[in-house]
Amino acid sequence: MSSARNMIALKSILHKEVHRFMRIWVQTLVPPAITISLYFVIFGSLIGARIGTMDGFDYMSFIVPGLIMMSVITNSYSNVASSFFSAKWQRNVEEMLVAPVPNWVIVAGYVGGGMTRGILVGCIVTFISLFFTDIQVHNAWVIIVTVALTSATFALGGLINAIFAGSFDDISIIPTFVLTPLTYLGGVFYSISLLPEFWQGVSKVNPIVYMVNAFRYGFIGVSDVDLTVAFAVLGVFIVSLFTIAMMLITKGIGLRS
Amino acid sequence: MEKALEITSLKKTYKGGFQALKGIDLSVKQGDFFALLGPNGAGKSTTIGVITSLVNKTAGQVKVFGHDIDQALETAKSFIGLVPQEFNFNQFESLTKILVNQAGYYGVERSLAHKRAEKYLKQLDLWDKKDAPARNLSGGMKRRLMIARALMHEPKVLILDEPTAGVDIELRRSMWDFLRELNKQGITIILTTHYLEEAEMLCRNIAIIDSGVIVENTDMKSLLAKLDVETFVLDLKLNSPEPKIEGFCYRVIDGHTIEVDVKKSQRINDVFMQLSEQQIDVQSMRNKSNRLEELFVSLVGSGAHVAAQGE
Repeated sequence: MSSARNMIALKSILHKEVHRFMRIWVQTLVPPAITISLYFVIFGSLIGARIGTMDGFDYMSFIVPGLIMMSVITNSYSNVASSFFSAKWQRNVEEMLVAPVPNWVIVAGYVGGGMTRGILVGCIVTFISLFFTDIQVHNAWVIIVTVALTSATFALGGLINAIFAGSFDDISIIPTFVLTPLTYLGGVFYSISLLPEFWQGVSKVNPIVYMVNAFRYGFIGVSDVDLTVAFAVLGVFIVSLFTIAMMLITKGIGLRS
Repeated sequence: MEKALEITSLKKTYKGGFQALKGIDLSVKQGDFFALLGPNGAGKSTTIGVITSLVNKTAGQVKVFGHDIDQALETAKSFIGLVPQEFNFNQFESLTKILVNQAGYYGVERSLAHKRAEKYLKQLDLWDKKDAPARNLSGGMKRRLMIARALMHEPKVLILDEPTAGVDIELRRSMWDFLRELNKQGITIILTTHYLEEAEMLCRNIAIIDSGVIVENTDMKSLLAKLDVETFVLDLKLNSPEPKIEGFCYRVIDGHTIEVDVKKSQRINDVFMQLSEQQIDVQSMRNKSNRLEELFVSLVGSGAHVAAQGE
């Protein structure tokens, strides 16, 4: 298949994916906006006022980047996990499998769809945060690159989850038991420099710490981790997860008999 | 003539050890209307699955218009349009979106895809449902939608797995006409069906598969010629005397219905002459069963294939 044809196939998958989450926007775009608004009200305005400053910034300014990143992570992951698993469950994934679509196009199409939803929700949450605090931008490129790489990482994770999933329960296990704890312990609400040295070391095993901190650096210019290390971690995750996803689809795990 | 499909020594063993295909050979000529028949679990859908890459083969070779699926899978796939047995589209999408997206997977530009969607939705009498979600369609409409979807990239070979299952007679006949028209346009058609009448009406060549083995692969005329005996049901005028037909095997079903077995070497005319001599009027006559069905039962029943394959 020529590259021009591959691009049409990629656009078709992307179009299908974006249309899917836009068609059910009440389920996909509104809930994260409401949830994050509640975080802003409770942690930012009510409790945050009593906390004082964090790393020299008022608490609301400190947590806004983390909350935006949290919504990007959750939505990128869940979009691909639920969409790809639904396609498996309804068997309409076969529409792509019988067509001359290279496997990398299938992966890129679904990941692109997940990234689009994650970033769109991130934009909505950013817009809502403007009602609670003034957002400053320290380095726009760091923000853009971090959000793009993070959403790609978790979209790939959601795809792998969906490939292995045998039921709808299986696509909620990882978000509930892995993603949520890692996100809450990933420095969204606190600076890991507040932790004892041992727990700081433990926290640095959590990849979300690097993503949240790199993103926060883009806004307020402070980070608990080295930016180069953060991007290296993201790069390693993307390459590893993409390789795994390609291998699974090529072998037809969960897709072909 | 170029071969649309060439299968050599194809084997498939599923996890757990079930051997669905035991080394089948099959060849379909370009432009053919080909039937693959077999009872449930015979290996029809597995064969189609391997051809369309939905099932990983264990051994053997599959070529589509000369392109080996192991070496040129994407090229081979681009020639095939598949109408699967189960509904496998997104039930929440509109018909137009399903068709246009499917065309996109084959590299068809969106503007052209919209034109083709309109063409096939109109031809298959689905145009007024174009914006409806697919779940709102009736069973027959869903089958037609899958045919339209398979045609969106204008394939050279159309594979249909039980395309008229659950479709009423009127609709089935209109689908037959549609498929005949596609075949006239040069599209090679391969279908599996449980309706043996369908195969007899539509197909020029036929293969019968049973327990993962091809038990017969020939043209329809030769296959039907193998049938030695045909059974006719004769409805006699009410209150006719009991008939006596010499030289034929027959059964009196009730006072005015008889069944007569007519061998290839015999003439049905002789039955009529004998009845006429006995002053018995025949009001109507019909075949007892589908001739192909009889042959099918004789081929797949009682392990006939074992002898045929020399196993």
